[in-house]
Amino acid sequence: MPDYSWPAPEKRRVIGRRTNRVDGFVKASGRAKYAYDIKRPGMLYAAVVVCPYAHARIRSIDTSAAEKMKGVAAVHVFDGSAPGTEVLWAGWEIAAVAAETEELARDAARAVKVEYEVLPHFVNEADLSKAKAAGRVKPAGEKVTGDPDQAFKEADVVSEGVYGCPVICHLTWEAHGQVIEWKGDQIEYWPTTQAVSSIGNELAKALGVPPANVHVMQDHMGVGYGSKFSPDRWGIACAKLSKQTGRPVKLFLPRDVEQMIAGNRPSHYARIRLAAKKDGTIIGWESESWSTGGMTGGGAPPIPYVFTNIPNQRLNHTAVQVNAAPQRAWRAPNHPQASYLTCCAMDDLAHKLGMDPLELFKKNADYTARPDVYRWQLDKAAELIGWKKLWHPRGDKTPGHIKRGLGIGVGTWGGAGHLSNCRCNIYPDGTVEVELGSQDLGTGTRTVIAMVAAETLGLPVGAIRVKIGDNRYPFSGTSGGSTTVGGVSSSTRKATMNALEKLFERVAPKLGVKPEELEAVNGQIQVKGDPKKAMAWKAACKLLGTEKISEMGQNDPKNPMGLNTGGVGGVQMADVSVDTETGIIRINRLVVVQDCGLVINPKTAESQCYGAAHLSICAALYEERIMDDITGRMLNPDIEFYKVAGNPDIGEIIVHLDIRPEHDKRGVIGLGEPPVIPGIAAIANAVTNAIGVRVPYVPMTPDRVLAALERRSA
Amino acid sequence: MQAFAYASPTTLKEALALLADRWGVADILAGGTDLLNLLKDHIHTPQRVINIKGIKELGGIRKTDSGLRIGALVTVSELLASPEVRAEYPALIQAAEGIKSVQIRNMGTIGGDLCQRPHCWYFRQGFGLLAMKDGRSLVREGDNRYHAIFGNQGPACFVSASSFGPPLVALNARVKLVSAKGERELPVEKFFVTPQSESEREIALRPDEILTEILVPPAANVRNATYEVRQRETLDWPLVTASVALTMKGTAVASARVVLGHVAPTPWRATEAEKVLAGKGLSAAVIQKAAEAAVTGATPLSRNAYKVQLVRAAVRRALEAARPKA
Repeated sequence: MPDYSWPAPEKRRVIGRRTNRVDGFVKASGRAKYAYDIKRPGMLYAAVVVCPYAHARIRSIDTSAAEKMKGVAAVHVFDGSAPGTEVLWAGWEIAAVAAETEELARDAARAVKVEYEVLPHFVNEADLSKAKAAGRVKPAGEKVTGDPDQAFKEADVVSEGVYGCPVICHLTWEAHGQVIEWKGDQIEYWPTTQAVSSIGNELAKALGVPPANVHVMQDHMGVGYGSKFSPDRWGIACAKLSKQTGRPVKLFLPRDVEQMIAGNRPSHYARIRLAAKKDGTIIGWESESWSTGGMTGGGAPPIPYVFTNIPNQRLNHTAVQVNAAPQRAWRAPNHPQASYLTCCAMDDLAHKLGMDPLELFKKNADYTARPDVYRWQLDKAAELIGWKKLWHPRGDKTPGHIKRGLGIGVGTWGGAGHLSNCRCNIYPDGTVEVELGSQDLGTGTRTVIAMVAAETLGLPVGAIRVKIGDNRYPFSGTSGGSTTVGGVSSSTRKATMNALEKLFERVAPKLGVKPEELEAVNGQIQVKGDPKKAMAWKAACKLLGTEKISEMGQNDPKNPMGLNTGGVGGVQMADVSVDTETGIIRINRLVVVQDCGLVINPKTAESQCYGAAHLSICAALYEERIMDDITGRMLNPDIEFYKVAGNPDIGEIIVHLDIRPEHDKRGVIGLGEPPVIPGIAAIANAVTNAIGVRVPYVPMTPDRVLAALERRSA
Repeated sequence: MQAFAYASPTTLKEALALLADRWGVADILAGGTDLLNLLKDHIHTPQRVINIKGIKELGGIRKTDSGLRIGALVTVSELLASPEVRAEYPALIQAAEGIKSVQIRNMGTIGGDLCQRPHCWYFRQGFGLLAMKDGRSLVREGDNRYHAIFGNQGPACFVSASSFGPPLVALNARVKLVSAKGERELPVEKFFVTPQSESEREIALRPDEILTEILVPPAANVRNATYEVRQRETLDWPLVTASVALTMKGTAVASARVVLGHVAPTPWRATEAEKVLAGKGLSAAVIQKAAEAAVTGATPLSRNAYKVQLVRAAVRRALEAARPKA
């Protein structure tokens, strides 16, 4: 068996180099085809009919008028939406119409007559007393460790605060949907998905067809953030419309429906009390939290976060049911919220102790799983943001209405590689293919695969043909939990090494050495350390005659062989300015310090951090699903009032990848999620530091900032 | 959107002949940045859409003795590029700069800006301009964070979304409205109205009329400015705006017009602030007093009291921007 381990840092020629995306050009030039761009001959367009009420019973569905319309090919009533069904949220799918054009489909959808019995709804969970009065709460029971009562008695200082973040939507720029062509017993399926290798099996199961008959194809996709693993009800409906009509059907959700039902991140609110010694050592934690993720309620946030070993805890959580579509995994599920709740409570404690929060975080780092990593990262972030020079006790005392402040947030994540299989083909003309049933969500997966193959085979990145996005390629796991880069880099490393070993067997006799004495460098196969005893790559491959080498490699999550692992820490610090006359917050800088093991492509790794920081800014300042109590509707199912940060709003993002040798030697670790965790806390604490008072809830909109300032003056 | 007949006339006369004498029959398409959304969301379901972009006489900016004549089809980008506008009307330039989307600047017209429908989220979701449901005001009882704090005692609580309305009212501009029967001129201030019933509109334009031109009086001696309070620097609605036009006599203000945007169903004259300014120099104390006077009579709803403070800030900053540089 070859030694699969990663080359030593000094020997790497491709890995660790800043490398442009291999698909950058097709994307920038608009040639990259997304599911939304698929146009099949004879394709029909489908539109959905959804329920406008937050809670209702379907009395009747009359599709006859729609069916009679010219150009309408079929009308399908969703499974689970038959008359008599109790609809639990607005946006619930009732029917789908397939027609010759998109416009006709929309008109026909409006012609479907649905009668409802409107039932009482409840849609806002922020006020727990109202939720209790409405009978929408499910207490999760109390969890106690140690003796919190005693700890709070013994404490020198007790701090208390209420913090909260609302439900936000996934807002995937490429909407959910697919094109499906059901021909005979074969289904051609172009979804937008995080799960190329498995989504077809799920669709097959729902349709009662053999999984082998579903062919999934996806070259590019426009993000999922955790909301695109399943075919969903609209995928199944699309397939049924295709079967019914015998034609390809395209069904994508319009933005408003997308916002209402295609994914949201649960809210988390909490009242938190901390007990501490004078020196800042935390000795007790009490929290009463509540959240919603729709009708199922919401799970407890993982608090205390990162500082998990704080002794003497009492945790109470209440799940609140609201009439809204169910939550989905959102990039690092529950972690950004837990980081926000925990770090804000710690920041408030530091204030009460009259202590610099940087010192408080460091002082309590022993409660974390990686005390040394966090202490180092806190110092690094502090250095990058100029903490010593710029930090001041709460409330910027300089004159004028612009107040500046700094804040801290921390995060942690797993990110070990998933099950991934890769096939490497080497052809007699020298062509190299690597095939994986994986997907590139826009993160740079394709580029990383090419870099690993290029490194192993001693070839330039451009010489590698990466074939992903097809379930006929070897099975590779879903892109969730930041597991992709560890999985695909390890399987690619193994497959390419296995293939190279076969090539060495052909070359060795020609060079008069044993295969194990060979190496692949700089486009040739050579005797280790002797570039003169060599054969060019093409000449070597020519020895294959008419055969090709085709070798597999697998990353087994149970035995990653040191190629990848999980478990990272991250620290972020924000520098903000607050206009105290208008309550408007501007991000000056956001420093991101993140460890992620061995970094294959620093350029795309940093891009992940930039993107994540952007999302943190959105959540801290702008994003919020606004539900209307009276109508039960989402008031901002759009991108007009569902606000996200634009480029002028994000300030300067400073990324420092913590790739010290001790992290590098751990192997590859996923980076999709970790950097999206600490930012909200960092920004919230920076705002508090600037204006001298806590803005209890995010997003920190002008009304909330001004209200907090008014409370301070009062 | 509902199917409609489409006409693309090249003369004003042809266009006027296609209009109807009641709302809902025909819609005018200029830049389309608002109309297309209204059509897609079925808020407007006209039988006819009349594209007026081919009517040459509706374009162009001309300087005349009586001021500037701005054709209704002048785009935001054209306005920004106009040396005549830049020279005398910073209040208009600053309002145009607040429209952060290049696409909207290139497509959107000044006439369309004045005629655009409110962006109240209840209206845009189909609950009507006044957003009444089962006798209840959805705005008053619901989420009114972006709604009116002035002029909201009647049934209308939305805010005028117009970017140019407040500076044009401040500059005492007029609009020319033409129908097949004739033409009339109105002060921009009278062009905006507060509807009292669901069948009324928020502008004085009649369904058989086209807004053809905006006439802005000379402003060589009028210090003017617009300040927009906006949460985001990217495309976003301002939360509150203030436009001021100060007719100067030496270093003192002879007369002032202070007009607020995004606070009422129409651009809102802050007459108490105007009174404070009249006859005074623009000292910090006077500016502060005017900013305070601007919120006189505010009647915030359950969730938008913060806008009162934003009015103070916007007025103060607009006045500071208009103040002659020392």
